[in-house]
Amino acid sequence: MARIFLEIVTPDRVVVSEEVDIVTAPGVAGEFGVMAGHAPMLAGIKIGPLHYRVGDREEWVALSGGFCEVTGKKVTFLIEAAERAYEIDVERALRAKERAERRLQEAQAKGDRVAEARARAALQRALTRIALAERAKAGHPR
Amino acid sequence: MPNLRDIRRKIEAVKKIGQITRAMNMVAAAKLRGAQARLEKFRPYGEKYREVIRELMSSGTVQASQFPLMEVREVRNVGLILVTADRGLCGAFNANLIKEAEKFVEERSREGQQVKFICVGRKGAQYFQKRAEVLEAYTDVMGRVLMQDARTIARRAMRAFLDGEIDEVYLIYGYFVNVVRQIPKREKLLPLSMEEGGAEEKPFEGAPIYEPSPEELLDQILPMYVNTRVFAAMLETAVSEQAARMTAMDNATRACGDMVRDLTLLFNKTRQASITKELMDIVGGAEALKKA
Repeated sequence: MARIFLEIVTPDRVVVSEEVDIVTAPGVAGEFGVMAGHAPMLAGIKIGPLHYRVGDREEWVALSGGFCEVTGKKVTFLIEAAERAYEIDVERALRAKERAERRLQEAQAKGDRVAEARARAALQRALTRIALAERAKAGHPR
Repeated sequence: MPNLRDIRRKIEAVKKIGQITRAMNMVAAAKLRGAQARLEKFRPYGEKYREVIRELMSSGTVQASQFPLMEVREVRNVGLILVTADRGLCGAFNANLIKEAEKFVEERSREGQQVKFICVGRKGAQYFQKRAEVLEAYTDVMGRVLMQDARTIARRAMRAFLDGEIDEVYLIYGYFVNVVRQIPKREKLLPLSMEEGGAEEKPFEGAPIYEPSPEELLDQILPMYVNTRVFAAMLETAVSEQAARMTAMDNATRACGDMVRDLTLLFNKTRQASITKELMDIVGGAEALKKA
């Protein structure tokens, strides 16, 4: 089957760069999948897990916000921060989760909408990381 | 006639300073390589943002005026994000950036506008904290430039802009031309305008799918674009800082070598002079004895 070239880029590095069979990503307008031959597209990406498959190999990547561009043979994700599942520091993610929960409560108590939104985003990032790290531990040792 | 021991002590001191500056030169060279590699890696990321935003803006239905970050207002207060190094000992690097910022303030005040600072890097913060209005100062962020920090800084600037505290935002940072040349660069950050940068490139053939709509996409992407601009300025400054330090320390090491040479010459001259003097004393003494 024809493959599509997947690239996930953050300001610091190229996280993923390889030919894949299918990518599933958390779009702002809902989750979507991309395979070879997809129509050109520009999509907003929200915090969540990205999944892709190459043959039998399955990979998961934790994404924070960004956008995705599909052109002919290539799909590029420009993301502010992304890690592969096996790179995730669970301890740190757990700490981040606790911190975010605390901040969220504080913000709600004070009625600070900006802080609340920020805490919510941080919590979402932490939860995504934790979920992916667990999945990596369970079924994907790589 | 200078004292022989003093000269010898001075030579030792200068030699030791030379060792330190040589070490600093090598450290700066190593850091420069690392920072430069990061800058290279980042460039395509920043480019892509610009390209995609231009694409979205030209998609027809979108108008700049509908985005708060692109709103052009009458300018009364100007925000200036001044990016300098945290540390000194890098020649005139920080001084040049500060000078550029002062020039900016002067130009603006001539037009009756007030400049408010957001200082990134300790050197700029130290200088302007007492002399100008500083909205916020971020120090100790230039050692290892992080996207996280850039985001915090960009957010602060955007908030001030959206709240109407400032009506424009400029960036001044150390632009890296090459290893021996770094110049202060001034760029307009807010309100965002996409006219700059000529080459009209079309990443797509035909009309692509937008998900969600171009307006919503821009709403999401524009703030992130501001983040990348701040991040780029910080990276660029960090690279320039190391390059400037490398050159400055190289010059210092060379100056130390020159000084050691001059001092050694002086030392030898002094030594000879003192030997001659002693000899004359002895001869004089012997002469006097003979007469007696």
